[in-house]
Amino acid sequence: MFSRQFEYLAPTSLDDALSALASTPGAKIMSGGQSLIPLMKLRLFSPGTVVDIGRIDGLGDIVERDDHISIGALVRHNQTASDPLVAEHATALGQAAAWTGDHQVRNRGTTCGAMAHADIAADQPAAAIALGATMVARSSSGEREIPAQEFFVDALTSALSDDEILVELRVPTSTNGSTSAYDKLGRRGGHTDYAVAGVAVWVQVTDGSVSDARIGVTGVGTRPSLAEAAASALIGTDGNDEAITDAAALVTDGITVIEDLYGSVEYKTHLAKVFTERALRQALAG
Amino acid sequence: MQVSLTVNGRTQTAEIESRTLLVHYLREHLNLTGTHVGCETSYCGACTVLVDGKAIKSCTMLAVQTEGAAITTIEGLANGELHPVQQGFVERHGLQCGFCTPGMIMSAVALLDENDSPSEDEIRHGIEGNLCRCTGYHNIVKSIEYAAATMRGDDPPASDWEDES
Ligand SMILES: Cc1cc2nc3c(=O)[nH]c(=O)nc-3n(C[C@H](O)[C@H](O)[C@H](O)COP(=O)(O)OP(=O)(O)OC[C@H]3O[C@@H](n4cnc5c(N)ncnc54)[C@H](O)[C@@H]3O)c2cc1C
Ligand code: FES
Ligand code: FES
Repeated sequence: MFSRQFEYLAPTSLDDALSALASTPGAKIMSGGQSLIPLMKLRLFSPGTVVDIGRIDGLGDIVERDDHISIGALVRHNQTASDPLVAEHATALGQAAAWTGDHQVRNRGTTCGAMAHADIAADQPAAAIALGATMVARSSSGEREIPAQEFFVDALTSALSDDEILVELRVPTSTNGSTSAYDKLGRRGGHTDYAVAGVAVWVQVTDGSVSDARIGVTGVGTRPSLAEAAASALIGTDGNDEAITDAAALVTDGITVIEDLYGSVEYKTHLAKVFTERALRQALAG
Repeated sequence: MQVSLTVNGRTQTAEIESRTLLVHYLREHLNLTGTHVGCETSYCGACTVLVDGKAIKSCTMLAVQTEGAAITTIEGLANGELHPVQQGFVERHGLQCGFCTPGMIMSAVALLDENDSPSEDEIRHGIEGNLCRCTGYHNIVKSIEYAAATMRGDDPPASDWEDES
């Protein structure tokens, strides 16, 4: 299986990559290639120029800075899954990365690439919105920050414009009493493969009661979305089992659940509730 | 485009199209046909090779992306004698038709490189990116357990058919 012919550019600096993007209409960024190459092989997508950012130094680190941790554009899923800073401040993202694809995919695919690709069933985007992450996009004319919940516009559509590179993902460092968790059913059963339904939760507990919460749902609609009604129902409770069940019952309120090859509306709605309960129990226990 | 890389310890330079997948470069340009093409859609893992020590699917990487990298394929494992993972597959009947085997072995080599004493569960997760349509995985897991033991210098666990009792 071969893709159509394309011109391959492998710049070694971010500035060169940005100017190649700006000056070449239809050019596409490649990071891990784990979504782009399959699409190109199937000829569902045939960019004239591919700009591989894989040889740019300085994009492959996870660092703690001021009030956030930064995950660079070339951080692979496996690195996100095993990083101690991620485990401490962004548990849900680490779990979502560990359950993305398989070993080989995780050795190549990048956390930022999974954001930019914006698949409706991708795991890490749910964690990004639940954690209140920020996407940092750069073009040759400057840099802008996009809140995660505004980043996922529609199926396979992010808020990035054609000349922008997602250079880093920033996750706020966890402050007193905030924890997060992710749980899913994968298409191949267990946690393997894209989410039939996946739920990431972030909760903050102050003086024994839930003072703030965000719940990100993936796989069930046309984009990862925040379950606002469920989060509001949880806030103010002490996070006991009953409060968890009551909140989870509202998880698809305001989300248009769609049927696909992997499940009916009814089944996915049910799964979203189950994984909300499981993720909340896990986060509130930790 | 020109690409230079190391394959099984040997430097290779070639002029290829940018769309050439690593698996086709290995099979058709270097005649290293041990790396198999199964699904071609990034799922089966038959095409697994090591790039700078990490298992990847060579049908989902462009050969031009491996500029300067060191590749190990199934042909690069044996060194006068079979690699312990290859020997494990022989000893514990880890293959039937053999189509998935090169990729399965490369994944197992990468797994044991990171974890020299994996549990059965860790082995099963370690090969989740490799599909086998024949064995039902049982003997593959046993083969990897065999290899792990011999690589640590331990006695391999008894086989299912050598009933010690
Ligand atoms: C067998 C298999 C199983 C998988 N299972 C899962 C799964 O369980 N869960 C899951 O979530 N995903 C899964 N994936 C997808 C995988 O996570 C991809 O790695 C991810 O979707 C894309 O990341 P990438 O770095 O490979 O991006 P690429 O494939 O390189 O790019 C994907 C798209 O994003 C754009 N892009 C990439 N990086 C940037 C950037 N920094 N800035 C701007 N645009 C960018 C590209 O232009 C392209 O349009 C699977 C893939 C495979 C092959
Ligand atoms: S041939 Fe590469 S994963 Fe199947
Ligand atoms: S031995 Fe036949 S596919 Fe695995």
